Amino acid sequence: MRALKQHKGIVAPMDRSNVDTDMIIPKQFLKSIKRTGFGPNLFDELRYLDEGRPDQDCSKRPINPDFMLNQDRYKNASVLLARRNFGCGSSREHAPWALEDFGFHVIIAPSFADIFYNNCFKNGLLPIVLNEEIVDRLFRETEAEEGYQLAIDLEAKTVTTPSGESFTFEVDDFRRHCLLNGLDDIGVTLEDAEVIKAYEASRRETAPWLFGAGG
Amino acid sequence: MAGKTLYDKLWDDHLVKQRDDGSALIYIDRHLLHEVTSPQAFEGLRLAGRKPWRLDANLATPDHNVPTTDRARGVEGIVDPVSRIQVETLDKNCDEFGILEFKMMDQRQGIVHVIGPEQGATLPGMSIVCGDSHTSTHGAFGCLAHGIGTSEVEHVLATQCLVQQKMKNMLVKVNGKLGAGITGKDVVLAVIGKIGTAGGTGYAIEFGGEAIRDLSMEARMTICNMSIEAGARVGMVAVDQTTIDYVKDRPFAPKGDMRDKAIEYWKTLHSDDEAVFDKVVELEGSEVMPQVSWGTSPEMVAGVGGHVPDPDAEADPIKREGIVRALKYMGLTPKMPITDIKLDRVFIGSCTNGRIEDLREAAAVVKGHKVSPTLKQAMVVPGSGLVKVQAEQEGLDKIFIEAGLEWRDPGCSMCLAMNADKLGQGEHCASTSNRNFEGRQGFGGRTHLVSPAMAAAAAINGHFVDVREMMN
Ligand code: SF4
Repeated sequence: MRALKQHKGIVAPMDRSNVDTDMIIPKQFLKSIKRTGFGPNLFDELRYLDEGRPDQDCSKRPINPDFMLNQDRYKNASVLLARRNFGCGSSREHAPWALEDFGFHVIIAPSFADIFYNNCFKNGLLPIVLNEEIVDRLFRETEAEEGYQLAIDLEAKTVTTPSGESFTFEVDDFRRHCLLNGLDDIGVTLEDAEVIKAYEASRRETAPWLFGAGG
Repeated sequence: MAGKTLYDKLWDDHLVKQRDDGSALIYIDRHLLHEVTSPQAFEGLRLAGRKPWRLDANLATPDHNVPTTDRARGVEGIVDPVSRIQVETLDKNCDEFGILEFKMMDQRQGIVHVIGPEQGATLPGMSIVCGDSHTSTHGAFGCLAHGIGTSEVEHVLATQCLVQQKMKNMLVKVNGKLGAGITGKDVVLAVIGKIGTAGGTGYAIEFGGEAIRDLSMEARMTICNMSIEAGARVGMVAVDQTTIDYVKDRPFAPKGDMRDKAIEYWKTLHSDDEAVFDKVVELEGSEVMPQVSWGTSPEMVAGVGGHVPDPDAEADPIKREGIVRALKYMGLTPKMPITDIKLDRVFIGSCTNGRIEDLREAAAVVKGHKVSPTLKQAMVVPGSGLVKVQAEQEGLDKIFIEAGLEWRDPGCSMCLAMNADKLGQGEHCASTSNRNFEGRQGFGGRTHLVSPAMAAAAAINGHFVDVREMMN
């Protein structure tokens, strides 16, 4: 997994609340059996004027000029600024895959949906919760200044604006540790294989019906 | 000592290891798989040279992509090549790794959240995961059931554990009795309308109170199914005699002495009287009306006797803008009566409302009537092959067909329109599914979430009506 320690990049403002996973990546693109290549279809229904289908050449599709990612100033963004309850909806990991594939490293919002928040960390994306007032301000600053960038430091847990103002954020230690080091969760868990086996053995005693069933 | 909530008990029983940083390893008893969120997980295992930890904990079935008509040619007959590849990939992966799968042509195939309980693969007290957010459905059995993402699917396959942080406890208590004709779907939509789609974020919700206790297992599943629409990954109902009677003789359920032992344990799966919840939300059962969603988020609901809201009356600017955007997308005008919403299609099915009881409720409403000629289509998609068989034994298929509804093969179908069943642009659909997001049921499609009875009533009338009027 891609590690993330520090990141600095252009901010793109996604100015609506409750952005759901269908909006991030519509379901017709879930049919891929791969993890990559979802970037061109990120926010597909907002980004293009036609109906998206898998296996299309997205560079030839009519774009919606009003959508922010279609504006030159945001095309190279790597920090997504969003509103309340970002990522609600399904558990599809295609949503973080699409954001990552587009080039995002960090998403900042006042709140995230649980499963999405969790999925981000597993795919080298850092979701950051900042309070609504700060997010509001960042929206205003982003829109006011072309090329507006934020610097994120996961070690120090800070977001820093171009004027040097810094905000701290919370993130749990395990997720931070894995993301800082690009660690694979499975490897970490398997270090506890003996503990898992011991649990299983005691569970076989107390709840034997949970094992070996198969209609 | 303070009492424990049901969630506390389930958590403690599955805790393998508490890590210093607050995260924990939770043991997973049952892992359900389907074709959309598993291919990359199997691929990950293969690349890392890992094997599934415990084969007998897994059960797979294709559901999202399967056609609901004309299965004569089996998987090869799936017209859309990308859908076909996903179904074939699941078959291949299950064969290769030795995982039990109910394949598309198996009578037991169906939506994962329907077949788990139907087979007794979902048992009280289990921890259950599936790469699908509606896994919360299984919480109806007093299970700790989480929806997970693909990386977690791979993690559970490889380690039989999930890395979790303990959530907070919320009790949603529905007091008293529900009115006649009010279903589990109305209850859960009313709850979401009350607490909002983020109201349950960070919480495990237990649904309790007299009205919940009175409900069948099917209705409890409908409620837990939509916990995720209230923002909660986990929804639960305590085990009682209704639960035990439902699971007792299912194919995967324990038999003989083992069963007695299991029942003894199952009976402990309820919150203690002294248990403390971090948050309690109460509703009066008698106040719940048949619900209809008017917007593009499941919290945008109203009673069928109500009106589409007026954005100007909303004080919160973010919410106001949300309403304006939703009404524009939905093609509705502020303050119009819900019963004036005209429909193009009706969809009865999904993991929320594709079980036998749902089909019975819908059939009771359409019996002896005809689908409105203004409708383009009305379809019934059973949640599993076995639900289909049972419905046919009860003659429900004939009632639907005589009324002019289509009778389909089982799958997710128009719930998310990954197969060929979808809405056209601008079309309004009364749907018994769980999500009304923009484009969910087809590009530009407009979804109204309702109960099976309300969907059936809408099919007959061509617009929404209070189903209770048809029952008199
Ligand atoms: S019926 Fe709908 S919500 Fe349920 S599993 Fe299928 S697609 Fe998901």
